[in-house]
Amino acid sequence: MGVARYIKDDKGAIQEVVYQSGITVKPVYGPQDLETAGFSYEQDLGKPGEYPFTRSLHPQGYRSRAWTTRQYTGFGTPEQTNERFKLMIAKGQNGLNVAFDLPTQMGYDSDHPLAEGEVGRVGMAVDSLKDFLTAFEGIPLDRIGSGLTINAVASIMMAMYQALGETRGFDKTRISCTPQNDILKEMIGRGAWIFPVAHGVRLVGDTIEYAVKELPRSNPVSICGYHIRESGATPAQEIAYAFEIARAYIDTVAQRGIDPSDFVGRFSFNFNVYGNLWEQVAKFRAARKIWAQMLKEDYGVTEKKKLFLRGLFGGGGSGLTKEEPENNIMRGAFYALGAALSGAQTTALCSFDEAYTIPTPRSALLSLKTLELLMDEVGLRDTVDPLAGSYFIETLTLEMADKIKEEMAWVREMGGIVSGISEGVIQKKVSQQAYEFEKGLQSGEYKKVGKTPGKEDEGAEVELHRYNEEWARTSKDSLAEVKRTRHEKAVTDTLRALEKAAKCKDNVMPPLVDCCKAFATVGEMADVFRQTFGEWQEPIFY
Amino acid sequence: METKNKIRVLVAKPGLDGHDKGAKIVALALRDAGMEVIYSGLHQTLDQIISTAVQESVDVIGLSIMSGAHLPICKKLTAMMKEHGLTDVSLVVGGVIPQQDIQTLEQMGVAAVFPGGTAFDTIVTEINQLFA
Repeated sequence: MGVARYIKDDKGAIQEVVYQSGITVKPVYGPQDLETAGFSYEQDLGKPGEYPFTRSLHPQGYRSRAWTTRQYTGFGTPEQTNERFKLMIAKGQNGLNVAFDLPTQMGYDSDHPLAEGEVGRVGMAVDSLKDFLTAFEGIPLDRIGSGLTINAVASIMMAMYQALGETRGFDKTRISCTPQNDILKEMIGRGAWIFPVAHGVRLVGDTIEYAVKELPRSNPVSICGYHIRESGATPAQEIAYAFEIARAYIDTVAQRGIDPSDFVGRFSFNFNVYGNLWEQVAKFRAARKIWAQMLKEDYGVTEKKKLFLRGLFGGGGSGLTKEEPENNIMRGAFYALGAALSGAQTTALCSFDEAYTIPTPRSALLSLKTLELLMDEVGLRDTVDPLAGSYFIETLTLEMADKIKEEMAWVREMGGIVSGISEGVIQKKVSQQAYEFEKGLQSGEYKKVGKTPGKEDEGAEVELHRYNEEWARTSKDSLAEVKRTRHEKAVTDTLRALEKAAKCKDNVMPPLVDCCKAFATVGEMADVFRQTFGEWQEPIFY
Repeated sequence: METKNKIRVLVAKPGLDGHDKGAKIVALALRDAGMEVIYSGLHQTLDQIISTAVQESVDVIGLSIMSGAHLPICKKLTAMMKEHGLTDVSLVVGGVIPQQDIQTLEQMGVAAVFPGGTAFDTIVTEINQLFA
């Protein structure tokens, strides 16, 4: 049953329950469990809104403010994406979460041979500032913040967002963007990396340093345990690897002589809600505590707000099934319930048709309404951290914290996350686990409702988003138009300045902003990096 | 196929998509089923896939495609396989493949299609049958 291991007797009664993180759950919990675990209200929980923030970042939780909803949106041309953005905002969404197509994520323009068949397919195609101006047309950039799901070329997109704001008359201090910008997680899962590890980490460092100085409302990095979990990590590993990745980014910026207290408050996270409900709630409560402790103890950060584990807890992609796809609507609702019980500050849900492809407007709105319903109808805003004090949840939260810390220690003992990823050790561990889990699903040891073990997915009749080949032509035409009308000298000069900064280890962000304003293309800027840094040769482990 | 010769499979991720969990776990399953598996790594061009297939003298090329671009990719690759004389190499495809595209893929010359969630046993059996 479920994603945990359930051992049953011959009458079908459950004898043993083991969660993915390796915690055995008892049938009954009582006060003695908290006593045995050495539970202390002050040390382990504290008041909501107080260190170590296990219960909540804010004293009154959702009473003071409901969560921010940010459905992942973007496809086809910038015009279509703009239309969808406006629809989602009109229906109550209060932040954007931009999906880019694969060529854009990989730093290729729409007319590149490798982009063939992919332009506008899994997200919006962006070649130049012109596309951003179209995609964000009419969006109040001082009121709506944008998550940008982009990693290898996040520096380029952050510069593009600033160029967009300034062209539209919004000062860079008033706009807010959160590029995902977590290249190390791309190397564990998701795979949208380009440059070798050290250069990738350096670009993350450049964006953080720049945002600290120039973009006060932007959050330069969103570390994604999410995709690590989707690749096969346990919930405890999801948090542990994300925190060790965060440590790598903190260290690289600190080595430039910047005090971590000046920038860690800008880190945000993206975590997954897929899995056993209780394990998720315990995971997030433990994670808030461990993050605050790590910043305080390892980096001397003291200011309260800078110790907050901020981020998006949502998604749940791995849980979806192609069989009986409408079941995914209910799954989404329960995942969202887990996020709400965990005090998620920002959230988004995978839509029910995403087992097939990117969502239709109807399915995206169903996700949005699920989130709204939890806040406005069911009572999730009534009181902060409603599960606190449960013998089970508090015991589990302590056990999850131990598991997360164990994994973090393992990573550090082998020389840190950068070395673990460079050598492929983390990837190998995660793939092996994914394989074991898949075998368990196929044998019926794990269960997803609607799936028959040993039987293929059977598609159902659902209305699906369809890709249109025309989008590629529109993007290519638009790119050709940009190249015809821009001032070539400005492009050459700014690209040359970018190359110099890349080579001299100056911060690449100021020249990138100039390149974007000169309508240099994403492909041209990424090519400067490709030529300067080379490309990563991944260790082949499976 | 004689038992003394193991089936050699190239598991490849063509194009820009980096979601490699499916490719890796299928590679592990095929290896556990006694096949010799070469995994290409990410971001392979079709030229690279053809050249690895030739160099490694594989019997099967298994593509993992999650981005939705399976039709254009397979159309091109089947043509390239013919050009390079890889007529005795079977092409199989897995990933996010809608039911309605399976027939089109088979008409292009794809020997078997394994949409996400296909049981490892089915994949192994069907690949073995290609050489029965």
